[in-house]
Amino acid sequence: MKQAYLRGTVIAAALGFASTALAAEEVRIMWYSDGNEGEVVADLLKRFEEQNPDITVALDNVSYQVVKEQLPITLEAGGGPDIARVTDLKALADHWLDLTPYLADKAYWDQNYGEQADWLRPDGSDAITGFMTQITLTGGFANKTLFDQAGVALPAAGSSWDQWVEAAQQVATSQQLPAAFAMDRSGHRMSAPIINFGANYIGADGMPAPVDAGVRDYVGKLVGWTEGGQNLKDVWVSAAGASYRAAAEDFINAQVPLYFSGSWQIGNFSAKIGDNFDWVAIGNPCGPKSCSGIPGGAGLVAVKYTQHPEAVAKVMDYLASEPVMREFTQRTLFIPSNAAVRAAGDLEYVTTDPQVQPALDAFNADVKNITPEANALPAWKWATAYYTALVTRTGQAMAGEMSLEDAFARMDSDIAEQVAQAAQ
Amino acid sequence: MGAVLAAPAGLLAHLFDAPMRLWQRIAGRGGMIAFFLAPNMAIFGLFVIVPLGLNVAYALSGGTALFLPQRSYVGAANFERLLTCGDHMDPATCRDDLFWIAVWNTVRFVGLQVVVLVGVAMVTALILNGKIRARGFWRAVFFFPVLLSPVVVGLIWKWIFQRQGLLNWVMVELGMDPVNWLTDRTWAFLFSVGISVWAHAGFYALILLAGLQAIPRDIYEAAEMDRTSPGRAFRRITLPLLWPNLLVVIVLALIRAVQVFDEVYVLTGGGPGTSTMYLTQYIYETGFASSLRNPGVAAAASLLMGGVLVVLTIAQLGLTRWRDRQ
Repeated sequence: MKQAYLRGTVIAAALGFASTALAAEEVRIMWYSDGNEGEVVADLLKRFEEQNPDITVALDNVSYQVVKEQLPITLEAGGGPDIARVTDLKALADHWLDLTPYLADKAYWDQNYGEQADWLRPDGSDAITGFMTQITLTGGFANKTLFDQAGVALPAAGSSWDQWVEAAQQVATSQQLPAAFAMDRSGHRMSAPIINFGANYIGADGMPAPVDAGVRDYVGKLVGWTEGGQNLKDVWVSAAGASYRAAAEDFINAQVPLYFSGSWQIGNFSAKIGDNFDWVAIGNPCGPKSCSGIPGGAGLVAVKYTQHPEAVAKVMDYLASEPVMREFTQRTLFIPSNAAVRAAGDLEYVTTDPQVQPALDAFNADVKNITPEANALPAWKWATAYYTALVTRTGQAMAGEMSLEDAFARMDSDIAEQVAQAAQ
Repeated sequence: MGAVLAAPAGLLAHLFDAPMRLWQRIAGRGGMIAFFLAPNMAIFGLFVIVPLGLNVAYALSGGTALFLPQRSYVGAANFERLLTCGDHMDPATCRDDLFWIAVWNTVRFVGLQVVVLVGVAMVTALILNGKIRARGFWRAVFFFPVLLSPVVVGLIWKWIFQRQGLLNWVMVELGMDPVNWLTDRTWAFLFSVGISVWAHAGFYALILLAGLQAIPRDIYEAAEMDRTSPGRAFRRITLPLLWPNLLVVIVLALIRAVQVFDEVYVLTGGGPGTSTMYLTQYIYETGFASSLRNPGVAAAASLLMGGVLVVLTIAQLGLTRWRDRQ
């Protein structure tokens, strides 16, 4: 009896160990979506799990604000998901895992994602920490139906900000809209026109340069347009500090004829606007110096605090593979980040919306206009410090709390405080 | 039911009886007090004293790292940054102007909100204490907002006040021009006070109502026989006898007003500009929400705010004792 009991205990223990060993490793992904990419990646990951029964992937769909505000705190505390989709690529780069030792084919990654690898790793590092899920470019959108109804012609390619705002104002007046245009409350977004007005944030030593004439000229115009009612005041004035506010809903609801955001909105517009009205991508309105957008995008990065680096690398290898990225790009209506997919040029976007392809073409055509000053920003360590100061102080100037001169002085001192704090 | 529970409870008491007697013999009366207080003190220490100590440590450290061991000791530099001003009345002359903007916004908010809140709570309590129809129903109506989450309160009022909100819809239907309420600094400030009063007045009205009901009716009857006017009865009878409750209401409202955050954050986001950015939002934004966090400055600011709350609490205790001695 005693022997039988012992035998039973040993067998149960062995089964227990075996089941633990066979239990699938769990990889958690924190993911935010601008459009349908959450659904698409969930679908793709389901296939991955079927092919890899030893790994389960938990996809946590969260809002962009969670990624922007809560993830950095979790990372600082040494926690967080195993993989995250982020836009704050450089500032958080110390928390990313170097996947190089775990990847199946490092050369594939260098070849297909090498161009943006620097955006996702600390300065001077050659680590492979992840890949861009898509390339984005800032740019504008116009509600063509509203322009047509107002009998105002869309300004031609190469038109200036003044020309676009003037035309949009005619539309807003004619159609009794609350404002001529809206721009996301974001330092990244406002930096594209600022650079087109001749600004360069990066000093000769690689450190933040004092705000220059380009910043002064465009911020002065933007504040003037807000005071004059051309820029939709709600978006910028409805928050304090550097809080992010998107204006997409105002464009989707036809409250503004012109919206400045970026290529990642295409899927969102296709899904939400449908055939309610015609919209077109207009590229980047020009400043006196250039007509550039700021490149960027969302990166999928491995977090170095993961307990399962091999499993994480397997998931990343799968998601970064050419067929998966091709399908992801086609279904999400993004500009491809994978070099081979881009080079093939044979993408068939999954949409019945006739407005999508011309919009994507417009952004693709705009890539050639990117200036070196704009191209340097995604990989620049201090970009976030600059963006934060720009939004905070511009918002105050728009609300009439401080003069433009005071706002510019505060931008410089805010950036200097951030540099000093980082040095402590 | 009581009898069913009595048996196991008695057994439990019996089980503990011997060890407790032994412990009392060893540790004495003082030891027993310490024994019973220990669990509470452990929880208090873990969730109040330890975080307070950590807060002080963060306030004395600098850098962007979150872990204390990775942060450098900077002494009083964070306090110096917050308190350095050409003129404390003018935030523009301060090194950290946003902190002083938040301080003065909070002072303005507290000044107005507490006066309005106590007034509304008092009037509500007086009405609910009177002989009105469906008194229970009205009490529930006034208390209902207290049960709502502050985020829900903020969202409800945002849907009413925003550009395409309910209020503007009504105004347009009545042939009036819509107003962008939440982008106007004065309106946004007044609404932040208003919704805060709406959300909390029911709670304070209940405290005052309890005080009103404790006042013996015969005092009013005697005053009525002496032909005392209602106003005079309020001044000479109600107010003095309600004073202890009123004091509690004023101090609680003051402390809560200094801590205002969630409903206003949802309603206005601190805007337009920074006109409704109060101290707690400044601390939150500096320590957590901004892309560039500064936990040291946030901790220093929270200690300064904590100091103000301690002063208010001591003032309440002092006032209560002074009143008791009168």
